Amino acid sequence: MDVEILARIQFAFTIAFHYIYPPLSIGLGLVMCVMEGLYLKTGKKLYEQMTRFFIRIFALIFGIGVATGIVMEFEFGTNWAVYSKYVGDVFGSALAAEGIFAFALESGFLGVLLFGWNKVRPSVHFFATVMVTLGSMFSAVWIVVANSWQQTPAGYHIVGEGMHARAQITDFWAMVFNPSSVERLTHVWLGSFLSGSFLVLSISAYYLRRKRYTEFAQSAFKIALVVATASALAQLFVGHKSADVVAKYQPAKLAALEGHYDGSKPGDLYLFGYVDQKKNETHGLYIPGGLSFLTHGDFKAPITGLNNFKAEDKPAAVNFVFQTYHLMIAIGMFLIALTLYACFLWWRGKLFDKHWLMVIFSFSVLLPQIANQVGWYSAEVGRQPWVVYGLLRTSKALSQAVKAGSVVFSLILFTWVYLVLFSLFIYLLNKKIKHGPFDEENLDHSPRHIEMADSLV
Amino acid sequence: MATFLGIDYPTWWFLLIGAVFTGYIILDGFDLGAGIVHLFFVKEQSRRIALNAIGPVWDGNEVWIVIGGGALFAGFPEVYASLLSAFYVPFMLFLMGIVFRAISIEFRSKEPMQWWRRMWDFSYCASSTLIAFLLGVILGNVTQGINMGPDHVFRGSFIDFINPYSILTGITTVALLMMHGAIYLVMKTENRLYVKLTIIVKNATIFFVMMILLTSFYTLLYLPNMAIVIRRFPELFIIPVMMVLAVANITRQITKRKYLYAFISSAVTISLLMVLVAIELYPNMLISTQSAANNLTVYNACSSQKTLGIMLVVAGIGVPLVVAYTTFVFITFKGKVSLDEMSY
Ligand code: HDD
Ligand code: HEM
Ligand code: HEM
Repeated sequence: MDVEILARIQFAFTIAFHYIYPPLSIGLGLVMCVMEGLYLKTGKKLYEQMTRFFIRIFALIFGIGVATGIVMEFEFGTNWAVYSKYVGDVFGSALAAEGIFAFALESGFLGVLLFGWNKVRPSVHFFATVMVTLGSMFSAVWIVVANSWQQTPAGYHIVGEGMHARAQITDFWAMVFNPSSVERLTHVWLGSFLSGSFLVLSISAYYLRRKRYTEFAQSAFKIALVVATASALAQLFVGHKSADVVAKYQPAKLAALEGHYDGSKPGDLYLFGYVDQKKNETHGLYIPGGLSFLTHGDFKAPITGLNNFKAEDKPAAVNFVFQTYHLMIAIGMFLIALTLYACFLWWRGKLFDKHWLMVIFSFSVLLPQIANQVGWYSAEVGRQPWVVYGLLRTSKALSQAVKAGSVVFSLILFTWVYLVLFSLFIYLLNKKIKHGPFDEENLDHSPRHIEMADSLV
Repeated sequence: MATFLGIDYPTWWFLLIGAVFTGYIILDGFDLGAGIVHLFFVKEQSRRIALNAIGPVWDGNEVWIVIGGGALFAGFPEVYASLLSAFYVPFMLFLMGIVFRAISIEFRSKEPMQWWRRMWDFSYCASSTLIAFLLGVILGNVTQGINMGPDHVFRGSFIDFINPYSILTGITTVALLMMHGAIYLVMKTENRLYVKLTIIVKNATIFFVMMILLTSFYTLLYLPNMAIVIRRFPELFIIPVMMVLAVANITRQITKRKYLYAFISSAVTISLLMVLVAIELYPNMLISTQSAANNLTVYNACSSQKTLGIMLVVAGIGVPLVVAYTTFVFITFKGKVSLDEMSY
């Protein structure tokens, strides 16, 4: 395989792995703020236990998020040296701002969040929780701004030619508020809130099914359900706005998202289907003219199709983009239905009566995670063959100094390590959940355990 | 060219990035050092105390390399790109070390089994040592220069990075951080562990002094161009002299049991070492062994004046904030370590 494919696989693998953790950190952080806020307000022991329990889970997730994130920061330079030179002037500043404003904030206060419970006043601890959550939300700001600039460049000009061409910043705020950043950032935030709140829903539903810690679990479930319902509904609107931006600025990507080939015809909206890339056709169940209606408010308006683009200017993996995109939307719709139904039962006072519903909820944590992953796949693969849309091709962005052997070496290393890491993560998470929320069951730090551990040596 | 306080922007950024990396080595350096000496502690309780001494701060310390990397990307994209793609393999190993160090600290306390804890103790020590060693190796190669063509693309292979000088700087860095970390741990511990650590500090200091002497002689004998600037401006000789004094002061403060002063002295030693490297490099950032015309300097590698200006504003707002809450966190956790139910 050539270096380009290998470098892309390696980058995609490491970023996809990283992106398992940030949405959970951001979303769980938000839910923890609510819980600890309630504790401060009411002084109820239940909320305190809740906060402390989820802090322990948060620590596990956050730690891996940080470790895998540092890898990403340096991979721009190791894998995509030409790209780094090309964009450094424009979005290096976004990345540096992220480090100084966001990461320093979250990592600084993390110590107080995790270890400060007995050292600082409750209000100071609450402040630390809020700061860590804000820090993680800010870090999404800068990284998504940088990525959005790649999708819809603005506020720059090009200097130099050929291998020496560079994008240079002309207007900082135009770069920050490029056409897609606000929509995409909100979309990413909401996706994260869904991830975090569904983690809490899943854990609570699991306890309820086992009839353990019932009071605790019901209370946590309700808090998370509020966050989840609001985010799921909002996500539909924000996702639609995102699609509008794609329609306007990345027509080739839009055509790939819906598998639309013939540019003289109105675009259809598929519920599901598949793209036959040999025959340039798409089959499945669709609303005729639906895409035209959503983008132009007119069922008959023609939409630019993939046939309008030269082969080297459009994404190659059309079916992949189509499937990942439709999976995300299907999950989004399902989450809306699920949360609304649960809210309806809550209103009728029967929220926890249906066993099957709790079964669904206890596995539901996977859904937002999958939607987050496939959402990025469709956005990033749909952007191909460009790294910086319309300006720099992926094939040109590669590091020239790097040899295939080195990439294979690092790819094998990372695959191996990340697989082990992931298994341990799942094992420990599962164990923490099984142990339950109460300190006396938290074997690890109980006095008995300390004695036990001492006698080991 | 735009200037601020009489110094041009690229030079400001050279200084600032240098300061951030120095901050990284001072701050995360003591975490790494604590990891390097970790296996010298035998009792489970000692290992836990040592881990919890860095527990609340190591993550915040690590952020300095993230800020440094981001600032290098933004300020000198050419250096960021050429350096990282040239040092592909060492950097991948470095990142692996970062991943392993983080998860070792995180996972160790999650299971009580002895084999589990032993395993993570070992991986914690090994990854900390690896990170320190690679930092030294990279520094050693950057000071010697790398085989870089006119397009600033590296033409060698990663075997080139393994040479006597870089191995020497690698081991020196391990020794330096070992001393630095052990001094930090002395400040945070009591009783038997404290006594044990005072012995480790002494030995680590001796080890470091031997290594730094060796490296200095090697540099003077085999890399004469690393001392050009000092030869030209003899008044700069004050820096190595101050370094010798700082190191001497470490041993003096340790015998007087003034560990905070010893810690400050070792931080000063680290800073002076970085200043020496910076003086000899400037205005170059990445030297080409092929020809001086291929060097990446602060002027041919920097971003536009506009970006550098924007970033100065960002740094002007950000740095005081970071310093403020870092101080807050350090004050919250000051004093000797005590274990409670939230500890590792
Ligand atoms: C939606 C938000 C988001 C996205 C798209 C990314 N990250 Fe991330 N990152 C975070 C949200 C985040 C976070 C929430 O702030 C983390 C993850 C988990 C965590 O615990 O902090 C984090 C950690 C994290 C760290 C460690 C920071 C520290 O020391 O605290 C670095 C250096 C990066 N990331 C870099 C990247 C890069 C270079 C990315 C893109 C290629 C990237 N992240 C995508
Ligand atoms: C965390 C969320 C993200 C995910 C899951 C993600 C996913 C992906 C995937 C799957 C690819 C491979 C595409 C292909 O090979 O066809 C890719 C490539 C890439 N992405 Fe992202 N991405 C994310 C965030 C970002 C951000 C924030 C940036 C920039 C700031 C970025 C920059 C790139 C670059 C430079 C490439 C390599 C070139 C390419 O193959 O297109 N990504 N990403
Ligand atoms: C409910 C209907 C939804 C619609 C209409 C929708 C629409 C979109 C569109 C058009 C994009 C591509 C944006 C671009 O390429 O610039 C996208 C990307 C994405 N989606 Fe969705 N989405 C929906 C639901 C969800 C859900 C439920 C999640 C996660 C829980 C999610 C997570 C993501 C992510 C992480 C991305 C990549 C980041 C980005 O480009 O903004 N989406 N979505």
